[in-house]
Amino acid sequence: MKQYTQQYTKQHTQQYVKHPAQHRPARPEGLALRKGTTAMPELTSRRGLLFGTAAVSAGVLLAGCTSNESDDEPASNDQPAADDKKGKQVTIGFAGPQADHGWLNAINDNAKSRAKKYEDVTLEITEGSNDTAAQIGQIETLINKKVDVLVILPADGKALTQVGLKAMRAGIPVVNLDRIFNSPQAYRCYIGGDNFGMGLNAGHYIGEQLKDKKNAKVIELAGLDNLELTKQRTAGFDAALKNYPNIKKVARQAAEFTVESGQAKMSQLLQAQSSFDALWNHDDDQGVGALRAIEQAGRDDFIMVGGAGALSAMQAIESDNSVLKATVLYPPTMAASAIDLARALGQGKGVSGLAEFEIPSSLTLYSAVVDKENVKTYLPTGFK
Amino acid sequence: MTQPVSPPRDDTPKLSSKAEPAPWRAVVARADVRTLSLLGVLAVLILIGGITKPDEFLDTRNLQLVLTQASVIGVVTVGMTFVIISGGIDLSVGAIVALASVWATTVATQDYGFVGVLFTAVLVGVGCGLVNGVLIAYGAMVPFIATLAMLASARGLALQITDGNTQVVTIDGILDLGERDSYILGVPPLVLMFAVVTIIGWLVLNRTTFGRRTVAVGGNAEATRLAGIDVRRQRLYLYLLSGLCCGIAAFMLIILSGSGQNTNGNLYELDAIAAAIIGGTLLSGGRGTIVGSVLGVLIFTTITNIFALNNLQSDVQQIAKGAIIVAAVLVQRRTANTT
Repeated sequence: MKQYTQQYTKQHTQQYVKHPAQHRPARPEGLALRKGTTAMPELTSRRGLLFGTAAVSAGVLLAGCTSNESDDEPASNDQPAADDKKGKQVTIGFAGPQADHGWLNAINDNAKSRAKKYEDVTLEITEGSNDTAAQIGQIETLINKKVDVLVILPADGKALTQVGLKAMRAGIPVVNLDRIFNSPQAYRCYIGGDNFGMGLNAGHYIGEQLKDKKNAKVIELAGLDNLELTKQRTAGFDAALKNYPNIKKVARQAAEFTVESGQAKMSQLLQAQSSFDALWNHDDDQGVGALRAIEQAGRDDFIMVGGAGALSAMQAIESDNSVLKATVLYPPTMAASAIDLARALGQGKGVSGLAEFEIPSSLTLYSAVVDKENVKTYLPTGFK
Repeated sequence: MTQPVSPPRDDTPKLSSKAEPAPWRAVVARADVRTLSLLGVLAVLILIGGITKPDEFLDTRNLQLVLTQASVIGVVTVGMTFVIISGGIDLSVGAIVALASVWATTVATQDYGFVGVLFTAVLVGVGCGLVNGVLIAYGAMVPFIATLAMLASARGLALQITDGNTQVVTIDGILDLGERDSYILGVPPLVLMFAVVTIIGWLVLNRTTFGRRTVAVGGNAEATRLAGIDVRRQRLYLYLLSGLCCGIAAFMLIILSGSGQNTNGNLYELDAIAAAIIGGTLLSGGRGTIVGSVLGVLIFTTITNIFALNNLQSDVQQIAKGAIIVAAVLVQRRTANTT
C-alpha cells in the first residue's frame, strides 16, 4: 500500500509537471492543502473516482498528513485532519433538506461541527427545506450574499440542477452533496454515498452468510419508493443476489424511512412470509420500527441487515442479542468532508493523500458492512 | 364492484317498487344503507384476500394485525368524524399525534413512568385541541386555516423537541402492552382501546345531547344558534374532542412502535378524512356515522394488508387506494339513491 502510494504519487507528479498548459512548480511535499492551484472546474474533468474503505471510516477523505517533511509519509491517519492552519477566510453557504430524521440530522451536525473546527471558515446555513421551490429560494439568497463556496444537499437533485448552474455561472463553486444534479456543469465537485453499492454490499454479506443454505429465502424492506436512491439500493441488492443461485428474494415492501412505517410494513411482511432466512432493511431509522414488529411477532428465525449506520443499530449489533447482525453504511460524515472540500476550493488548494493538484470532480464513498467484528471502529460515526 | 344491495327482483316497474318495497328491505330500512354498502365492500375485500392468500390472510394473527394497524388511525378518525359532522375540519391531527408522541417520550417525561407518558400524551393532545377550538370558536377563524396553522407549528415543535432523533421508549410497562403476551383473550390491548373509543364515540354521537347538537351545528349553525344552543362552545368542545383522540392515538402509537419520532402521524389528516368520507360523512357537515368511519378505516387497512401479503409494491397500492375511494363513494351514492 505504501509502495503503491509512492509510485502513484511520483508518476502523477511528473505528468503534471510536464503538462504544457500548466506551468506549476514541482509539487510541494506532503502539504495537506496545496497552494497555487485555483478552483478551475474545466481543468478537472476526471470523474467517477471510487475510494476505498479508508475514505469512509472516519471521513478520512482529506485525511491528514499535515507534516511538511517527506512524501514518504502515508496519507492516512485515524483522525480526519486537513491542514488546520489558518488560511484565507472562506464563507461557505450550506443548503440542505429539512433534517427530520436521524441521518439528515447527522449531516447537519457533521457540517456544523466541521466548520466550527476551522477558524477561517464561516458557515452560512439555511433552514432546511423539503420543498424544491423553497430550497431554490434559499440557495439564490446565498448566491446574492456572495458566499465563496456553496455546499448543496438538494431535496431533489434533478429539480435543483438549474440553481446549481446559476451559482456556478455566478462564479461560486458548488459542492454537490449526496443527491446528484442532472448536469456536471452544475457542480464543481460531487461527493456522496453509493446507493447501488450499499445494496450490493448488503446482498453480498447476506449471500456469504447463506452460502451453504439450499433454497434460501430473502426479503427486503425498502425505503421511500418515490426516491431514486431506493431504486438504486434495490438494484444493487438484486445484482448481488444474482451471484448466489441458491438464494431467492421472495418479497419486498417499501416503508417510508419512519419508525411507524417500518413497524407497519415489517409486520405485514412477517405475516406474509412464515419463514425466511434473511432480511435487508434499507434504513436503520425505520429499522427501529421493523425490530419492534419482529419482536412483537416473536420471530428470530432469520438474520437482519440494516442500512445507513445509526447508533442504535450499531449498539444492537455489538450486543448481539437481536436478529440484527450487520448494517451497511451510508456515512453522514460525507457532510464534514464536503466542508473540507469547500474550504479547499475557497482557498484554492488541493487535497492531501492524492497526487492530483485539483480536487476531484466526483467522490463516491464506500458503503462498508459493519458487523460484530468491526463495529467498535465504526461506533463513533453512528448517528442518533 | 359487487353491490350488496341489488335491485329488486320483481318485474314491476321501478316506481311501484318504491311504493311497495321488497320484504327484506323492511329489515334493512332501519339500518343505514351506506353502512351496509361499506360492509359489502369489506366483504369483497375479504373475499379477494381469502382467494389470493388463503393461508396468510385467513389467519387469527392476520386479523389481529389488521385490527392493530387500524387502531391508531381509527381513534384519530373517530375524533375527525365529530369535527366533520359539525361542518368543520381538523388538518392538524397528524401533527398533534406527532407532537404528543414526542413530548411524551422525552427522557424527562419517561422519568415519570407509564402514567407520566400517558398523561403527557393526552394533555398535549387536549392542549392543541384547545388552541384549535379557541381560535375557531372565539377567534372566528376558518377551521381550515386555524388547523393548518396548528399543523405547521405542531410539526415544527415536534422537530424541535426531537432534533430529528428517534426517541426510544424504555418503560417496560408500555412496551409490554404491544407484545403478544399481553393480548386479552387474543385481543391486542390496542384493539381494545380502539373498540372502547369507538363505542364511547358512538354513544356520544347517537345517545347524548352533545351528539345531537354536533349534528345540528353541522346541519345549520344559524338555526342552531337561534334555537338557543351555544354554537361557539359546542365548536370548542369538538376540537377539544379531536385533540383528545389524537392524544390517545399518540399513546397507542408509542405502544405500537416503541418510540416517539417527529415523523409520526404522517398524513394522518388525509387518511382520517378519507376514511370518514368513505364512511358516509358529509364534508359539508350535518351527517355522518361513527360506524361508517370505522368501516372506512378497516377498508383501508385491509387493502394495505392484502397488497402487502401479495407483495404488490407501493405504487400499485396507491393507485388502488384512489380507485377504491371513488368506487366506494359511487357505490354508496347509488345504493342511497335506490332507497
